[in-house]
Amino acid sequence: MENQHINESILSEEILEDQKKNRIDHMTYLPGMEDIGSEVLNQVVEAMQAYDYDKYTAADVKRAIAHTSRTPEDFAALLSPAALPFIEEIAQAAKDETRRHFGNSVYMFTPIYIANYCENYCIYCGFNCHNKINRAQLNDQEIEKEMQAIAETGLQEILILTGESRSKSTVEYIGNACRIARKYFKVIGLEIYPVNSDEYAYLHECGADYVTVFQETYNSDKYETLHLAGHKRIYPYRVNAQERALKGGMRGVGFGALLGLDDFRKDAFATGYHAYLLQRKYPHAEIAFSCPRLRPIINNDRINPMDVHETQLLQVVCAYRLFMPFASITVSTRECARVRDHLVGIAATKISAGVSTGIGSHVEDIEDKGDDQFEISDGRSVKEVYDALLKNDLQPVMSDYIYV
Amino acid sequence: MSTKDTWSLGGHTFTSRFILGSGKFSLDLVKACIEKADAQIITLALRRANEGGLANILDYIPDNVTLLPNTSGARNAEEAVRIARLSREVGCGDFVKIEVVRDSKYLLPDNYETIKATEILAKEGFVVMPYMYPDLNAARALADAGAACIMPLGAPIGSNKGLATKEFIQILIDEMDLPIIVDAGIGRPSQACEAMEMGAAAVMANTAIATAGDVPVMAEAFKKAIEAGRSAYLSGLGRTIERGASASSPLTGFLED
Repeated sequence: MENQHINESILSEEILEDQKKNRIDHMTYLPGMEDIGSEVLNQVVEAMQAYDYDKYTAADVKRAIAHTSRTPEDFAALLSPAALPFIEEIAQAAKDETRRHFGNSVYMFTPIYIANYCENYCIYCGFNCHNKINRAQLNDQEIEKEMQAIAETGLQEILILTGESRSKSTVEYIGNACRIARKYFKVIGLEIYPVNSDEYAYLHECGADYVTVFQETYNSDKYETLHLAGHKRIYPYRVNAQERALKGGMRGVGFGALLGLDDFRKDAFATGYHAYLLQRKYPHAEIAFSCPRLRPIINNDRINPMDVHETQLLQVVCAYRLFMPFASITVSTRECARVRDHLVGIAATKISAGVSTGIGSHVEDIEDKGDDQFEISDGRSVKEVYDALLKNDLQPVMSDYIYV
Repeated sequence: MSTKDTWSLGGHTFTSRFILGSGKFSLDLVKACIEKADAQIITLALRRANEGGLANILDYIPDNVTLLPNTSGARNAEEAVRIARLSREVGCGDFVKIEVVRDSKYLLPDNYETIKATEILAKEGFVVMPYMYPDLNAARALADAGAACIMPLGAPIGSNKGLATKEFIQILIDEMDLPIIVDAGIGRPSQACEAMEMGAAAVMANTAIATAGDVPVMAEAFKKAIEAGRSAYLSGLGRTIERGASASSPLTGFLED
């Protein structure tokens, strides 16, 4: 994960050979994939392609900061290199917006990985189908045990993750996990492979209300080179996942580009604009952003303008906040405690705690079955994060939701 | 004012006209705020309640204060009704503030769905306090549906923009028999004072206090402003001259009989 120059050079000969025969068109829907005929994808891609961040000036940035309601143009300016010298003022403005909309509340949750089978081949991911890792899936009893253990920490919100295998982790299997989760938690989110709107409706009935789908990159050409196989390869099906989830009755949807995979400014702009368009089309939709990044290589002599350092990460997080002051923003456990604790003091409103990305790792008597997807940098327990929030004059909130 | 200035809702009589919101600030400040504000009613989002769990707001509210649970999170009448019933089940009493919002950006209330929820819940014996966009027709429909009061917004919730809808709130105050409680948007004590001068029965505020430098002190400032505005209203405000001065030789001075 630490190498940001991810491209096909990391592939083996065998896979490259296989790719010559089996690489399918990433823009064509596969059988069974629902096409909702949405105009949103084209609007996002056009705006992203037209986004020339070098044209923005200090005056544009100052104007964007001063506005009380910010336009996509303001958002574009806030994400531009011209905004970097104003990062302190931007952070102050973002903090003000966060306090106005959320007070000092910070929502706590934890992810639970119930399976790590995957049919995709994303060349940068530890779970991908060519990696010889230990695969596992929890059965109902194990899911229940894990969830009990998590609930005992005081958490009321859970995020269910599966890896992306429709055949191993079926929609019914995930629905069942939601039903079990309903017994222990008030808020249930999903981070699973994208499904059709009727399947989202089914999962909503089972108790889930929030769906997050990481687009990774909105640059279709780059996307194609990174996602070589599996349903995830189909770019438009993934982009339209949030809209299908809303059509299926989900209350909120989360967006996230993996910053640093491609041009992070363009990806961050596309992410925000995608959320903006969907919120205009579905005004009741609750919007959430996640902000994962690939870290720059340490001690790299060449300074790459595309690197997402902490400063750029803060810039993106603040731009999301100023553009959509009401949106939930989550910071990844891939960031260290120092960065996370400061980001929730400025613009982030949601933080995970007691995180383990392995399968069955919340309960001691379930043998740790599957390998972790990635290493986390903030391994603090629920109590530790809770106390850290209080120490920062923030208010940890366990539940802000009723499933109705 | 020889008799004590009180007002009533659902058979309860209150002397305080400041309804305090409990969101957006630390739970351990709630008690201090109630004391400083002399508040007798405190709102809370039922979805925030975490009975028996960590950071449960219900544990921080003194017993002698009337709980006003709200239905925030409801997107239509049906959801509001379900949340209200749940609130009664968990022991939050019969008061309920109806919030039906299906706009995540401005959080503007949906008057139509609010009227529907009010009708159902009033029949079930709730003391229904509907949060609404200040529209006279909707206010009348809410009264017909059995609302105990009307809670028009001053400005979008959390915006601290004050009485942006002032003219329309004044119409509600003038035309409705129910108490008018100005709800969202009040950003500073002077605006709360102004709402009370206009004849509002009470003011509800949350963000303005929660985002203040010293939360309990701001709660007290609001209390004083609300009391000042109420006194001004009761005493009858002096006239204001719109333009120029008052003529010393009036046009009607020639009249002899």
